[in-house]
Amino acid sequence: MSAKIEVERLNLWYGAFHALIDVGLSVREKAITSLIGPSGCGKSTLLRCLNRMNDLIDDVRIEGSVRLDGQDIYAGTSALTALRKKVGMVFQRPNPFPLSVYENIAFGPKVHHLAKADEMDHIVEDSLKAVHLWDELKDRLDESALRLSLEQKQRLCIARLVAVKSEVLLMDEPCSALDPMATLKIEELMRHLKDDYTIVIVTHNMQQAARVSEETGFMLLGELIEFGRTPDIFTRPQDKRTEDYITGRFG
Amino acid sequence: MARFRKVKEFVIEKLIFASGIASIIFVALIFIFLLREGVSVFKTTSIGDFLGGRFWYPISDPPKLGILPLILGSLLVTAGAIVLAVPLGIGAAFYIADVAPVKIRHLLKSCVEVLAAIPSVVLGFLGITLLVPFLKHTLGLPTGLTALAGSIMLAFMALPTIISISEDAINAVPREYKEGALALGATHWQTLTRVIIHGAMPGIIAASMLGIGRVIGETMAVMMVTGNAAVIPTSLLQPVRTLTATIAAEMGEAAKGSPHYFALFAVGLVLFLISFLINLTADLFLNRGKKR
Repeated sequence: MSAKIEVERLNLWYGAFHALIDVGLSVREKAITSLIGPSGCGKSTLLRCLNRMNDLIDDVRIEGSVRLDGQDIYAGTSALTALRKKVGMVFQRPNPFPLSVYENIAFGPKVHHLAKADEMDHIVEDSLKAVHLWDELKDRLDESALRLSLEQKQRLCIARLVAVKSEVLLMDEPCSALDPMATLKIEELMRHLKDDYTIVIVTHNMQQAARVSEETGFMLLGELIEFGRTPDIFTRPQDKRTEDYITGRFG
Repeated sequence: MARFRKVKEFVIEKLIFASGIASIIFVALIFIFLLREGVSVFKTTSIGDFLGGRFWYPISDPPKLGILPLILGSLLVTAGAIVLAVPLGIGAAFYIADVAPVKIRHLLKSCVEVLAAIPSVVLGFLGITLLVPFLKHTLGLPTGLTALAGSIMLAFMALPTIISISEDAINAVPREYKEGALALGATHWQTLTRVIIHGAMPGIIAASMLGIGRVIGETMAVMMVTGNAAVIPTSLLQPVRTLTATIAAEMGEAAKGSPHYFALFAVGLVLFLISFLINLTADLFLNRGKKR
């Protein structure tokens, strides 16, 4: 199993606030890696470093390196749009565009010029099939995506990434807006997708991390306290703080 | 003490109720008055001759009271203004809302407010002294007092409305849409033109409609620069006369109770209906935007 993403000595400041402190980890290819920790510990910030979404925030300063397939994504030469195509993101609140289901999927391939017009129907179909939405939505492709259920919306957002052939899926608490049943279904989908995709998920929900991920990192106050195989983190934590957190003593 | 407070509450409540109801009463009274005076013109002229008549000679004998040239004049000047102001206004709104650095954004917003504060007669004055001679010379026209001059002046007046309401609509587009598009690797421009514009569309349409509403009711600047010839216009480069300018120019000299006098009220009625329809459409779009 090779490393898809390698983070080394990553430091990030929002203005004077030191939000990530010397973070280092490596994300295995075609596996699910989860980041857990209390609110404000920097797990979403770390996730957003991996596709450079922090670039949108003013007054942010980043040091250290993040290598994707061996290439430093913060090096001056790498193209932001190509990076974000390769490293897609699923947000906490499902955010389909105010367009039809079809156009939501077609958006990515169009902006990256991936498909000719006659191939688009196939891409839309394949992408929806990959997230198990095709049977539900094949007759509703022209409907506004805003009319879907929350779970369908979140699946659609994942399908958008499938359509641009993302290699890495970053998921920022993808189930926190969903009910328990929908959450289970999305988790099932994630297990399905990891055969083809490298997935990094940030979650509040420790059980979720334990259920879906191969590897887990525990973060606290901007530091990555412990990182390792999920069963090890949850059954034999090396650090006292990890143990306190997973046994529910704080957080 | 408690009794006094109760009386005070009662009085305040009734006062607020009266202020609220007053605007409804005023609108109703204005409409009734306009209707009563305006409808009288149809005793001497049929509705068809009034709306479809091609000649406006109110003081000939018998008077010819066809307002078709005036309606077309208003529509032409308005259409010209919209063609100029809508693209410019939407572009400016996108720049202010989503592209400009913070300092420039504040500067531009103040400029837009100042533009809105210029009295229309002052704009008309600038139009007469600068724009009209400029048009005459550069386009080689017999006169610069044309529909085009009116359109340009009115575009200036519609711009602040269009810019500020469109900008609000663009800012109201959820941040998640923008993040979602950027996270898919779309460029800023693609995000703007393919996603944000869809979210902001109802508001932008409403902004344009309100801009049109402002333009079609405008009088002073138009009267000063359009030449006021009541003929059916065939091009933007000839003098026209609008509905508003007609009322403003002739009301003072129309004999009270004459067909001319009543016709001017009917012109007002037509204007009232046009603005009402435009505002209604704008409202529909604004509400649709909110519901989504």
